[in-house]
Amino acid sequence: MSTDRLGRFANWNVAIIAVTVVVLIVAAATVDNFGTAQNFGFLILDLLPIALVALPMTLVIVTGEIDLSVASTLGLSSAVMGYLWNQNQPIETIIPLCLLLGAVLGAINGFFVTVLGLPSLAVTIGTLALYRGLAFVVLGDGAVADFPALYTDWVTGNIGGTSIPNVLIIIVVLAAVFGVVLHATPVGRAVFAIGTSEQAARFAGVRPGRLKFWLYVVSGLVSGLAGVLWTLRYSSARADNGAGLELAVVAAVLLGGVSIFGGKGALPGVIAGVVLLASLQNALRLSDVSNEALNVVTGVLLIVSVLAPNLANAVRSSLQRRRHRPEPL
Amino acid sequence: MTIPLSRRLAVPLATVAVVSLALTACGGGTTKSSSSGDTGAPAASTATKADPNAPLKEGLKIAYLPKQLNNPYTDVEVGGGKVAVGELKGEYKLVGPNDASASSQVSYINTLIQQQQDVIVVAANDPNAVCPSLNQARKAGIKVVSFDSDASKDCRDAFINQATTQGIGESLVKMASELAGGSGEIAVLSATPNATNQNSWIQVMKTELAKPANAKLKLVKIAYGNDDDQKSFTEAQGLLQSYPNLKVIISPTTVGIAAASRYVSASSYKGKVAITGLGLPNQMRQYVKDGTVKKFALWNPADIGYLAAYAGAALKSGQITGAEGEKFKAGKLGEYTVGAAGEIVLGPPTEFTAANIDKFNF
Repeated sequence: MSTDRLGRFANWNVAIIAVTVVVLIVAAATVDNFGTAQNFGFLILDLLPIALVALPMTLVIVTGEIDLSVASTLGLSSAVMGYLWNQNQPIETIIPLCLLLGAVLGAINGFFVTVLGLPSLAVTIGTLALYRGLAFVVLGDGAVADFPALYTDWVTGNIGGTSIPNVLIIIVVLAAVFGVVLHATPVGRAVFAIGTSEQAARFAGVRPGRLKFWLYVVSGLVSGLAGVLWTLRYSSARADNGAGLELAVVAAVLLGGVSIFGGKGALPGVIAGVVLLASLQNALRLSDVSNEALNVVTGVLLIVSVLAPNLANAVRSSLQRRRHRPEPL
Repeated sequence: MTIPLSRRLAVPLATVAVVSLALTACGGGTTKSSSSGDTGAPAASTATKADPNAPLKEGLKIAYLPKQLNNPYTDVEVGGGKVAVGELKGEYKLVGPNDASASSQVSYINTLIQQQQDVIVVAANDPNAVCPSLNQARKAGIKVVSFDSDASKDCRDAFINQATTQGIGESLVKMASELAGGSGEIAVLSATPNATNQNSWIQVMKTELAKPANAKLKLVKIAYGNDDDQKSFTEAQGLLQSYPNLKVIISPTTVGIAAASRYVSASSYKGKVAITGLGLPNQMRQYVKDGTVKKFALWNPADIGYLAAYAGAALKSGQITGAEGEKFKAGKLGEYTVGAAGEIVLGPPTEFTAANIDKFNF
């Protein structure tokens, strides 16, 4: 990555964080009840699954791949959780099993993408349908509801007497782990290298297949965790839980400045993207804006987030061409 | 690709597997049976006394949260609510998700808490998933009235029931028996498998069918159209193909009965297979006129929304607390009495036939 490119993406990161802060301030000032501590609690609970799944998704997309099966993995994890609970299994066993299940589902994606070399878009669209289908096989159309209050209360509850939800701890810890791995370790550098040029990365001693495989495992694992938390938050294990969530996650990641073509992106931007999308939805809903308008806003944001960097890129290079003669390759 | 994946994978995966097996073996954790019945939710507070003579408060903010927006049946229900809120000089609000999913309702409840509504009138997509947030609403002083599809008893103040579950189940079986001539195969086309109201009617129907008088009626299948027009249409089609001797399809959902009637009216089954159930007169009029449907039933959905607003206002004004035996006046509908577990029954369903359908417009 040249310093010029680095600068540009630092700019996008700063820009998206700034936009998010501005939106939060404007919403707090103009939308009734937006700025309350209780509302921020709700906001964090609402963005929990998107924020979690967006973390590994960022790494996967930076390598130039994608994982569209995350929401179905969440749903299958939730369905299995309900099934095992109905079988009188202890919740303390069910939760690790659901995480393991997520990891295995991720490993299946990883196997198809890295060992068989199939395109990840096709593979994960396939497993999107497959895992969701399996979720309905496991639990049918029913719902399992009576999870222990100790667990459901923790997920919906706050830290001590504050209005800060307990689950914020999970988001913060995982975001820190993923942030450090992506931006301060050899693994992170390898992730960027693969996304920029897999061939070059291989010459530099990186093993793209192996790394991508483990990224899919982690993506599945985190989606499984999101399934467990989703189930406990709504006290409801259902096969259709989280349906459509993959689009919100991809939208947030791209809005956060990650290039869909790989090689570029940063985690702080992604977190800002998640917060921006969730708080816009929250604020618009508090202003009694209709669902249709909400969807339009999300769609426009997504298009802008994909267009803007490319547009900026095009303008910049045309300016450069005018100023300098083309550099020799 | 030459990565010896299998060996690399073996160690970590085996470790996780062993750990989880070990956890299973340990046992002694929290299981369904060890924690059952403990929902941790507060029971309806009856600490305050009801004052039947308390004046109805004006300017109440009453919000409707149906299962899903843009559903013709729901539109009529909340339309009745809007009229009642107008009579009560309150502020009417309608919000809701576009998909009938349990979790999307929760965000709306949270929004209504923020907006400090006085009453939330909700049709729960999942009786338990909405509970924690409904209880948060009640803690904030909001009265919660469920209608159409009940939320769990622990998290609402009153439930507006269209008709007794028993009454609907009985009348569905009675209509089916008349249409089948007392014997033959019948099937049910329901909404979603976890729709509270649908399932309790089906339960009553099963009990009714088990009675000697209905011994010759055979329930062959319960199909689910998920209250989706396309799915209901295909399910109806599937039922007729799988059971060539089928005499009656009972669809206790407005979406299902309309879709099934549409299919039958344009197929060779017309005249051979009867459709009945619960439907809207306006949706069913053409099928009654063309002979596909001889009779079906429903309560007046506008009255449900109407009654819910008055119940909510009576709760918020302190006339009732939701305890059994309390009485309140519901405008043009007259006086109602709160039943067991906060249930308020609208009345018996009306049967619609070619003779009377033109008297109804909803």
